Amino acid sequence: MSTARTTAPAKTSAPAAKSAPAATSPRSRRDNIHGWAFSAPFLVFFLLFLVWPMISGAIMSLTGKSLTGANSGIIGLANYAEAFADADMWRSLGNTLYFTLISTVPLVVIALALAALVNMGLPAQWLWRLSFFSPFLLASTVVSLFFAWMYNPELGLFNDLLAKVGIPPVAWLNDPAVAMWAVVIATVWWTIGFNFLLYLAALQNIPQQHYEAASLDGAGGWRQFFSISLPQLGPTTVMIVILQILASLKVFDQIYQMTEGGPGGATRSIVQYIFEAGFTGYRLGYSAAISYIFFGLILLIALAQVFATRKRSA
Amino acid sequence: MATTTLSKPALQPKGSAETMPNRRPKTPLSRILATVIVAVLAVAWLVPFAWATATALKSETDAASTPISWIPASGFTLDAFAKVLQSGNIPTWTLNSLFTSAAITAITLVISASVAYAISRIDFRGKKMLMGVIVASIIVPPPVLIIPLFQQMQALNLIDTYWALILPQVIHSPMVFVLKKFFDQIPRELEEAALMDGAGRLRIFTTIVLPLSRPILAAVAIFVFIGAWNNFLWPFIATNESSLLTLPVGLQTIKSAYGIQYAQNMASALLAALPLIVVFLFFQRQIIRGVATTGLAGT
Repeated sequence: MSTARTTAPAKTSAPAAKSAPAATSPRSRRDNIHGWAFSAPFLVFFLLFLVWPMISGAIMSLTGKSLTGANSGIIGLANYAEAFADADMWRSLGNTLYFTLISTVPLVVIALALAALVNMGLPAQWLWRLSFFSPFLLASTVVSLFFAWMYNPELGLFNDLLAKVGIPPVAWLNDPAVAMWAVVIATVWWTIGFNFLLYLAALQNIPQQHYEAASLDGAGGWRQFFSISLPQLGPTTVMIVILQILASLKVFDQIYQMTEGGPGGATRSIVQYIFEAGFTGYRLGYSAAISYIFFGLILLIALAQVFATRKRSA
Repeated sequence: MATTTLSKPALQPKGSAETMPNRRPKTPLSRILATVIVAVLAVAWLVPFAWATATALKSETDAASTPISWIPASGFTLDAFAKVLQSGNIPTWTLNSLFTSAAITAITLVISASVAYAISRIDFRGKKMLMGVIVASIIVPPPVLIIPLFQQMQALNLIDTYWALILPQVIHSPMVFVLKKFFDQIPRELEEAALMDGAGRLRIFTTIVLPLSRPILAAVAIFVFIGAWNNFLWPFIATNESSLLTLPVGLQTIKSAYGIQYAQNMASALLAALPLIVVFLFFQRQIIRGVATTGLAGT
């Protein structure tokens, strides 16, 4: 909101007002030099390590380039044609979308529930924040080691717990029907703290008078939550959902570390497929083409979200 | 702090509202219930840490014995930790992670703050386009860049060097945006006065803007540091030599090397987790503010 206010007038009135007294004096030229001088260090890194790889990746995707350097001639869109006919590519894309769907829902809903509970004026706030947020600080490898151990079929905590309530053991990471859910459980444990903190901060920003007025009108806790908190959290929820979808689409680490994409490719993500096509299949050009298909998908989803939120706020 | 001051006044009207025909005020009972639920969940959330610790403190025989038990038959031992520290590269990897993450954080802060300052405060030609390109780049997913970046690093002969780990990780476009928004709020009068006194841009930036921006700089720094510390995919690709691995990548190699040595696996995972947990205990408030401000400013 504040940016809208500062940038909007700058577009029309501010430059006129500012440069009018000095007209086309050395000041504006000095500003040009200063502006680019301050931007230069970032720009160098930006061009070298973001823009250039984007361009060279696009070019690479049109070649048959391999990791050994052979056959780097332009082959046109052949890589893309091959990718679109590649069942494994579609399968890993499907796995990624499935993971995104079944991870985003709990990561938003449970985070909101936890934040709402903790925000009910509970004692020892720091303790709850510490408990729910600390896993977020772990490296994916640590999380994967923890959970692979708990998912261990004979020695793991999960099956032991199931046995205590009389449920037969589950092959957590080895059953194609269960493996993705096992990864999602680990992911929710690992990353929920971030969304939880965002919700907690947003809840604490809601003016207390709203609740006081509502409680004078006789609204109970549930009523207050649904008619005050939830609507006020709208923008935060939109933001968390967008960030979460974009983050989940990029999933690779914890899946690769826990299942290596197995069993039988049931959990292989699109990022893993990009990685394997390039580094174990040695086909850099093909790998780059899949990267661009993945990027196209992310772009589409992002544009759809921008469009949806625009429409809603308009 | 904010939480306790916010929630306390909220209790008062409810207490005084008892005289009114208030059907369901937020009774202490519901708060007790909420505390119990949250406490149970918090305990559940800590189980992986506890179980990893219990396992790491067992002998390998006890760790692999069924039925599983929290308390080992032959008592707790520090054997697994000792073995991991003696034979492994964990200290080296920790130093690698520390050094590369610190370097990434420092470079990110310097280049992001200065470009954000230029966009926020200096009227120069092309700045709108520059900001537009930086904002647009937020959408580029890092995994898309790994193949061309690998090629680039290979061409530059930087694979298996610290440079390969550091250089591609210093562009954080969202952070430029977050910093720019913060700089926008610093009163222009402060700057105008200094300009009148003949101070240059660089001087204004380093002596006025940066000191006033400490909270947001700390938030960005913590955020970038945690991200760099835990990054896996790029360091996994950019390094092979054991002495150059970062902690997360090193752990991955340990896992395949140790195979079924459960106690040692958990001991190394815990040793790897320790540094950031300690950092969190010291900087809890700043980290939470960092998530709230940098995360919320993402809109």
